[in-house]
Amino acid sequence: MGTKNWPLWEIFVRSKNGLEHRHCGSLHAADSDMALENARDVYTRRNEGVSIWVVESKHITASNPENNGELFEPAQDKVYRHPTFYDLPDEVKHM
Amino acid sequence: MSEEQIKNLEEQFEARIARDEKIEPKDWMPEKYRKTHIRQMSQHAHSEIVGMLPEGNWITRAPSLRRKVALLAKVQDEAGHGLYLYSATETLGISRDEMYEQLHTGKAKYSSIFNYPTVTWADMGAIGWLVDGAAIINQVPLCNTSYGPYARAMIRVCKEESFHQRQGYEIMIKLANGTPEQKDMAQDALNRWWWPSLMMLGPTDDVSVHTAQSMKWKLKRKSNDDLRQQFIDQTVPQAELIGLTIPDPDLKWNEEKGSYDFGDIDWDEFWQVVKGHGPMNKERMKARVGAWERGEWVRDAAMAHAEKKQERKEK
Repeated sequence: MGTKNWPLWEIFVRSKNGLEHRHCGSLHAADSDMALENARDVYTRRNEGVSIWVVESKHITASNPENNGELFEPAQDKVYRHPTFYDLPDEVKHM
Repeated sequence: MSEEQIKNLEEQFEARIARDEKIEPKDWMPEKYRKTHIRQMSQHAHSEIVGMLPEGNWITRAPSLRRKVALLAKVQDEAGHGLYLYSATETLGISRDEMYEQLHTGKAKYSSIFNYPTVTWADMGAIGWLVDGAAIINQVPLCNTSYGPYARAMIRVCKEESFHQRQGYEIMIKLANGTPEQKDMAQDALNRWWWPSLMMLGPTDDVSVHTAQSMKWKLKRKSNDDLRQQFIDQTVPQAELIGLTIPDPDLKWNEEKGSYDFGDIDWDEFWQVVKGHGPMNKERMKARVGAWERGEWVRDAAMAHAEKKQERKEK
């Protein structure tokens, strides 16, 4: 076993211009250049991408599912944030 | 956490899976769920990695450029599939190095099919056609499994793997329609790979230890015996179509149940191979561990280079 392990990187791929980068998986690499090269071989062997982002996994802060209630439930009862909440006369076709 | 709280969480957890909700890495999960997934997913990853060895054996001797690029691409896919699966397994809190160590010390298993030798070019055909065929049957239901990262990895794997089976079958078609010697070579490969391929779908339902729990967690959607029957029913006509004979004198169509009856599988052979006494177990581990050890200086040098570059940037 090597003394120092290659860090883990999260890989994001833009499948074509006009679309966002999407997370597609992770891999190990010594540095960001190698992470890009490996990501190209591992995640874009069949033209899946035109652009790659790599981010070292330790730099990602994720929300805790245990807090999902306080984080996301408040949005559930705010129907007035959606257009269907508002009554319009039938004569108004598009708004 | 009190025992009651855990029991409560477990009930909620099982209910989520029953509702077809996916479990994601940071979600609470029972320890057994985590362990079972680490075991199955890492074994799956190891199988992809060790699975490169029998085919790698023929890359330099492929009979044409067309065959060579296809085989090379297939083996490269297997490396990729191993990597998708390793990183999906890492989300459960085991490190890559721990998984490698489990493989290299024999603590973790890989599919026993890769402990058979690849002695002729026709074996490349038989592996693609039969081994990948059986693997696809095993893997397709896993695209809907309950653990999100595993399901996502399997969707990628299944999408990429359909060419693997086709390229294998194409090799068999060509050989079966070739000279008598080529046809014999194809038949010989089928004879050697048929039974191990059936074994690949796992022990029979009455002795399989993991089935019930795995069904509940959607790690398994169909039983081993059902998958095996599906594989046989789909493969027999493909053999007939190219004039090859399945090496089973008891194989015959059963009109009543609408599927094939088949002969007894030699489970002693299966368990011997699983326990490490197959023809190639030692050779496979020697190749794998050797590659890992010979690569150590490269990994260390890459890390040292990366650190040096970082230091220079910070100065």
